[in-house]
Amino acid sequence: MTSHTQPLLDQAAEALLTPGGLDLDALDTGLGHAMGAGIDYADLYFQRSWHEGWVLEDGEVKEASYNIDGGVGVRSLAGEKTGFAYSNQISMEALAETGRTAAGIVRSGRKVDAAPRVVTAPAARYAGIDPLAGLSADEKVAMLKEADRVARAADPSVSQVSASLTGVYEVVLVRASDGTLAADVRPLVRFNVSVIAVRDGRRERGSAGGGGRYPMSRLRDENVAERFAKEAVRQALVNLDAVDAPAGQMPVVLGAGWPGILLHEAVGHGLEGDFNRKGSSAFAGRMGERVAAPGVTVVDDGTLADRRGSLSVDDEGTATQCTTLIEDGILTGYMQDKLNARLMGMAPTGNARRESFAHMPMPRMTNTYMRAGQDDPADIIKSVSRGIYAVSFGGGQVDITSGKFVFSASEAYLIEDGRITAPVKGATLIGNGPEAMGRVSMIGHDLALDTGIGVCGKEGQGVPVGVGQPTLKLDELTVGGTQS
Amino acid sequence: MTQAFDAVAQQSLLETRAEAALALALRLGADACEVGASVDQGVGVNVREGEVETVELSRDQGIAVTVYVGQRKGSASSTDASEASIRDVVEKAMAIARYTGEDPASGLAPAELMARELPDLDVHHPWALSTEEAVELALACENAGRGQAGIKSSDGAGLSSGEGVRVYANSHGFLGSQRGSRHSLSCMLIAEDEHGMQRDYDYTSARDPRELLAPEAVGESAARRTLRRLGGQRPATGRMPVLFDPSLASGLVGSFLGAIAGGALYRQSSFLCDRLGDALFPEWFSLQEKPRLMRGMASSAFDGDGVATRDNVFIDQGRLASYMLSAYSARRLGMETTGNAGGARNLRLTAPLESQEALLARMDRGVLVTELMGQGVNGVTGDYSRGAAGFWVENGRIQHPVEEFTIAGNLATMFQGLVGVGDDIDTRGSIHTGSWLIDEMTVAGS
Repeated sequence: MTSHTQPLLDQAAEALLTPGGLDLDALDTGLGHAMGAGIDYADLYFQRSWHEGWVLEDGEVKEASYNIDGGVGVRSLAGEKTGFAYSNQISMEALAETGRTAAGIVRSGRKVDAAPRVVTAPAARYAGIDPLAGLSADEKVAMLKEADRVARAADPSVSQVSASLTGVYEVVLVRASDGTLAADVRPLVRFNVSVIAVRDGRRERGSAGGGGRYPMSRLRDENVAERFAKEAVRQALVNLDAVDAPAGQMPVVLGAGWPGILLHEAVGHGLEGDFNRKGSSAFAGRMGERVAAPGVTVVDDGTLADRRGSLSVDDEGTATQCTTLIEDGILTGYMQDKLNARLMGMAPTGNARRESFAHMPMPRMTNTYMRAGQDDPADIIKSVSRGIYAVSFGGGQVDITSGKFVFSASEAYLIEDGRITAPVKGATLIGNGPEAMGRVSMIGHDLALDTGIGVCGKEGQGVPVGVGQPTLKLDELTVGGTQS
Repeated sequence: MTQAFDAVAQQSLLETRAEAALALALRLGADACEVGASVDQGVGVNVREGEVETVELSRDQGIAVTVYVGQRKGSASSTDASEASIRDVVEKAMAIARYTGEDPASGLAPAELMARELPDLDVHHPWALSTEEAVELALACENAGRGQAGIKSSDGAGLSSGEGVRVYANSHGFLGSQRGSRHSLSCMLIAEDEHGMQRDYDYTSARDPRELLAPEAVGESAARRTLRRLGGQRPATGRMPVLFDPSLASGLVGSFLGAIAGGALYRQSSFLCDRLGDALFPEWFSLQEKPRLMRGMASSAFDGDGVATRDNVFIDQGRLASYMLSAYSARRLGMETTGNAGGARNLRLTAPLESQEALLARMDRGVLVTELMGQGVNGVTGDYSRGAAGFWVENGRIQHPVEEFTIAGNLATMFQGLVGVGDDIDTRGSIHTGSWLIDEMTVAGS
């Protein structure tokens, strides 16, 4: 047990169990209800979160809200079957009722006892603090007003500024029948600025934001209000000058950082364990095969300090790790939770995640990025005679079965004769995951991670994630502009 | 594995709690207050390849309080609706209202606009369904789909059934509550040929379980939709007409509604700012909201401000006849609320309807789009660029499936370019429309 583990467990037990008259020993009884006849694994997931949000519009903080959420989710597994129930009361009565409900997925079979608890003692990937406590309400309001002031001063065409500051203090505790006992305290903060710029009757938006698993005071110390305000205005002004985007197949250069959403969509989802166990992924059965161009190495790393997508332990109590998904173009790993790992004869990778206690865990990404290559980003641009250079994106989506993926550029430029020229309007890029990864022909030495803005959706559940990549060139991708 | 849910008892419990929260807020010094509370309960089962995969029992509740102190506002909410928690929530909302700025537009909707009669809209049809029965229906659905020649495997069939109560009360003395239910059955299948795998799905959804389609019909339709995608090619890049199938046409209506929503307008974030009265659509097209339809998927007699809902005409013979406003956004714009706090409820359109065959014949050469991917709709500019899959149409007939292409244009131009609406109306959601034929968009493929 490392030095921080016991205080973390005490902190979690006090926040989650004590108010309902429970303690760690009582969880064994609770687990007993979920380990009914024929059940081979069960877990209890306790969670409480305190969420705060401040929104500025028209130069004033007109909206602020505070939300308290919490409860326990109980899951019973029998082979491939899952029974799940939850309650927003944390009490022995609730554990008995939800446990019996979850265990009702099967009615017969041997009754197995839960293993004695063993405390998971992973390395802490962030400080277990309440991030909301670091700034006073007046300081939070002042940060938002600073963003408004900076954005309006940056350019006369700025007509609307909205800014938001949000923070979540989340405490979780997992107790599973395989002996797992793990606690985690997960801070998460974010600052966002969005502006509308108007010129000659034309109106465009620009936005910027970021954050991570650290105190709100760090957002102030890093001066994000000014930085994101200036960045949002810059993006809106670029878009005011944007011309129609081209349509059709052409070389595409993606900037470093947030454009790594490419990897999240084109390969990440397709390498989640559940889709591969069920054979519904375009990557199913391709372990050890070439699925990307030489030089392409993609990892999912939940261990990066203080990052939005990081976790010290996942939502099944497994320590997170850095999993190499693709190494030099060869498929080497899947992202797993306990259920899918067991059914595939593999080890869990610390990728079990759930939106809340009221949702079932699934294999999910953490921080997914491509490792740096050797190329100078300037040389990558120079190598393109006609194509697109895309540096910022909205969202993306993938059909994991056909492999088709899209992601929508929100800031992009034409490349003409090896030079970046006019900005173009937002356009959706579409491709096929394995094919697109095979067309990566140049990889920059400028690996960057995103600023901390990603939310990944899967089966209706949203979780915070990170992405990253160096500047990349894909020899051919379809660009969905209007100029054919 | 069923759990009892007494909706009537829950309704009265929530009403009591909402009133307690209001009283407490006023006692603590709020000048006005509003409270929303809800509880929902449901069962969801999923089967895959003939076996039960998941059984999930859900029960969600929440209470949200907004207080006004002068023109300042504070909000707080919790999933714990106990007495102690309600006190915390109200106190937190009051504390927040000390730090927010004065907003001349803030406050409750005018008292005289509160809904006075709250008719029963017949939207609560609980389904006394055991887990075993739910599993049987899902299996029947999946089996009907898996049994079709060419289907490789199932990605699962699911049945979900839920009911709930929501309450809204404010310090004008308004208290509205409504019980509701929703049931759905869906199936997703996978087919494979030498070019790879394809998957697709179908579903049925209704307030009343007796209005759901037969499980077999859903499974068979999911199989047809999956099989017809095999052998997809990439269409040639160029400008051509695009036919949106009904489920996607309702998304275009959704984009339109997003652009006439008060929040987008007062933030100057809509491509339809200052367009009231303009001819946005062809003259033969009108769009109405009918919030009080019996059994409607989005029916309600009161909106999120407690204001009485009413029939609205958003597009009248092609012209933008009304924005979609809440009390707050209306004040920001110097207008009157349209009873749309919380969004639009039950959209219906008026247009000459044609069969899909007739629309394909008019299109002659272009793409029929049956799936869209990504979020490439810019509400500020109306610019539209999304990934798509569907069918290539030539000589007015479907030729072969197409995939991995984009369609792009601008919503304002697309609305102007609406040349026909299908009679193949999708009635599953709250927006009912048939296919939409748009005269010209840019298709980017090979």
